[in-house]
This record gives sequence, C-alpha cells and structure tokens, in this order.
Amino acid sequence: MLFRRGLCFLALLMAITAADASVLPEDRADVLYHLYTGGGVDIDGPSVLVRKQVGKSTSFVGNYYVDMVSSASIDVITTASPYNEERKQWSLGMDYLRGNTTVRAGYTSSVESDYDASTYNVSISQDMFGGLTTLTMSYALGDDVVGKSDDPTFERFLDKQNYGLGLTQILTKNLILALNFETGTDEGYLNNPYRSVRYFNAAEGRGYSYEGELYPNTRTSNAVGVRARYFLPYRAAIEGEYRFFTDTWDIQSHTASLTYVHPWRDFTFTGKFRYHDQTAAHFYSDLFPRAQATNFRGRDKELSPLTSYTFRLKAAYAFLNENQSWGFLKKGSVTASLDLLSVDYHDFSDLRAGALVGEEPLYTLDAAVIQVFFSFWY
Amino acid sequence: MKNTGLAIARFLLPVLLIGSLSACGNIEPWVKPYERDRLADPIMALDGDPVSTSYLQHVYEAREGARGGEGAAGGGCGCN
Repeated sequence: MLFRRGLCFLALLMAITAADASVLPEDRADVLYHLYTGGGVDIDGPSVLVRKQVGKSTSFVGNYYVDMVSSASIDVITTASPYNEERKQWSLGMDYLRGNTTVRAGYTSSVESDYDASTYNVSISQDMFGGLTTLTMSYALGDDVVGKSDDPTFERFLDKQNYGLGLTQILTKNLILALNFETGTDEGYLNNPYRSVRYFNAAEGRGYSYEGELYPNTRTSNAVGVRARYFLPYRAAIEGEYRFFTDTWDIQSHTASLTYVHPWRDFTFTGKFRYHDQTAAHFYSDLFPRAQATNFRGRDKELSPLTSYTFRLKAAYAFLNENQSWGFLKKGSVTASLDLLSVDYHDFSDLRAGALVGEEPLYTLDAAVIQVFFSFWY
Repeated sequence: MKNTGLAIARFLLPVLLIGSLSACGNIEPWVKPYERDRLADPIMALDGDPVSTSYLQHVYEAREGARGGEGAAGGGCGCN
C-alpha cells in the first residue's frame, strides 16, 4: 500500500484522480489594526479584507492595507534624518472552481512616495485522492519602480518572478502536513538608494567615513518549508514548522516555530515561539577596510548574520455563532495578538554609543507587534 | 552495453509511469470523509486568519533576509 502511494506521488503531475468536490473559501470580512513599534520605528494602520462568492463557482477577494511609518531607526539616526511616510496597498483576486480544480488570479498595487510596486499572480490547485491531497502551482510577476525623495529625476526598475509548488496532505484523521517550495528571481535595482556603508578612514576624527551601497543586480533564492498540525486528544492543536532558505547572495537561514492552540468556551488562545538564524550576504560588511574596497558592498542589517526570536500570545473571542446569527451575519469574532520580536545582530555595530572604531557594541532590536481585528462570516 | 542500458530504460520508463498511474486510479482514501471532523475543526486550519498571516509575513520579510516557503499550499484540505 505504501509503495503504491509512493508511486502516486511520482505521477502527481500527470495523473489526477479525485472523488470529492472541492470548495471555495468561506465568505468573510476582516477589519484589522496593526502596530509595529521598536528600534525607533513606529508603523501602524488598517487592513480590510472582504471575500464574497458570486454564483456557484467564483469567489472574489479584495484587500486594502496602509502602513503609516514614523522612522528614527538606527540607520536613519546615524546617516540621515527622521522621516514620516505612508504606504498604501490594495489587491484584488478571484478564485474559480471547476470540479476539483481551483484557479486563482490576482493583482496587487503598492504605492508610496518613492516606491511603486505592481504584482500579478496566478495559481492552480487540484484536490486529489478523495480530498486527501491538494497540489498547488503558483507564479507571480512583480514590476517595481524605485525613486528617491530628494531627487525627482531618480528612477530605477526592478523585475521579480516567483514560482511556487505546494502540497497539502492529510496523513491521519488527526494530522495534516503542508510542504512548500518557492524560488524567486529578482533582476534590476536591488539597492536601497538612501543607505550607506562605512569604511575605515584614519583621516576622519571618528575613524570612518560613509559611501553609497552597491548591490548586485540579480538575486535568486530558494526556500523549502514543511508544516505539520496535529489534533491533540483533548481538543487542542499543536503545529511545528521548519523552513530552509538559500540564495545567490550566500544567505542561508533556518527558521523553526512551535504553535499551541487551546480553545476554551467561546475563546481560542494561541501561543507561539519562532526562531530564525541566518548567515550574511557575501558583500555585507560592518566596516570596509577602505573606500570602494569590493565590487559590491552593503551594510543593511537585514543582510547581516543575525538570530531572531519571537514570542506570540493571541486570544480570539467568538461573540457570534451560527445559533445566534444577526441577519445575514453567521459568525463573528474579535482577536487580539501580541508578538514580541527580539533580534541579535552578530556583526552590526551600534554606532550611537560613540565608541572607538572597531570597538562599538553590537546592536540588538526589541520590537512589539500588536494586532486587533474583527472577523465576520456571512 | 550502453545501448542495452538505454533500451532497458526506454522499456522500463513507460512501464513505471503506467504502473504509477494505475496505482493512483485504485487508491482508496485512508481517511474517510466522515473521519475528518477533527481536521475540519477551526483550530486545525493552517491559515485561519489570512489578513493577519500576510501582515506578519510582511513584518518578517522586512526584518530578515529570507523570504517565501511559509505559505499554506492553499485550496484547503477537503474537510468541509
């Protein structure tokens, strides 16, 4: 039996056999407020998502999202001036179901004063083997335009492509597994036009000077992730997740998380711990030995070697269930969550202390992410 | 010798493919639809709050050098 199942997976792309019909996502609306605060940066705003089925086989989804940014981050303090800006993003998508096949198409637009991004995505999912297996293939194409707030003539372009392959598998009546593989290719202007690298300069009183970053024009990345969620004997769930990431900039990372979900009366409580560890990009340096020391150079702390830890606490309260629906509303819930993010940078100095060059303490980031959202099903 | 190997491979490949296809056709779901009540419980949803999940992925992509590989495969698990 196991051998025959194994052969089946070899032929997934060619042989698709199914018994049960697939379903479209539920009609729902979410209104969310998000706040990120930490490291001198405050970002908050709303996100509204509405999904509605039209007819028997089509479902539409729309999302409107805003980031209001107030930044005095360590990068800004050491090399620029604090700033405020706003990013608005909207997206529209459609799911079309025919038999056991769901086709999705979507468009996302993101606009801010110095960066415009447009993304088109399509995917196809197939339910197989009586609904035990869902196979998904996806493709996304991004078209970005990079500007610079103090130079209206500055305009650079970035093309992004992303290919995904996903498999969701029911293994037992208590266990579900998801495998995901994604590869992405970026080509164009990948720099941050404002950020600088520092290099050793004995002629300067502080011992170093700054020059602009210079990134490669291409980046290709691969990520593979596995998740498993298990229903515990006393109605609770536990989930484990692991992801391995690697790219042509020599960044490798391991990300793992453990989640526990515990319902109690009309409440659902969730606790999560997430761990992430990565190596640096090959052109990253905290302090270059001289000006233009290498062909490519960067001092973006997100490309430095780092380890991050996240603790999450989340509580949801169902104030409306199917027995007490209000008019066309079937269910309603309110959810609040707090994520505490801590990042240890292993090769990114905190220059605010004014220590001797090369002897600065390493920077650490502590941030809180708060979300409050209402969800309605209809 | 090389030609013999190629001939065997040419013969075996279609046999293996046909064998695997027929295996798919006969497969029985080992978790029956009436045994999926636990999997259909909302606490078992791989992505129960899509608006929150996409926001948090955005936060992590802004703070770390990695991306992708974390999304649910989509399409649900057929347990509704």
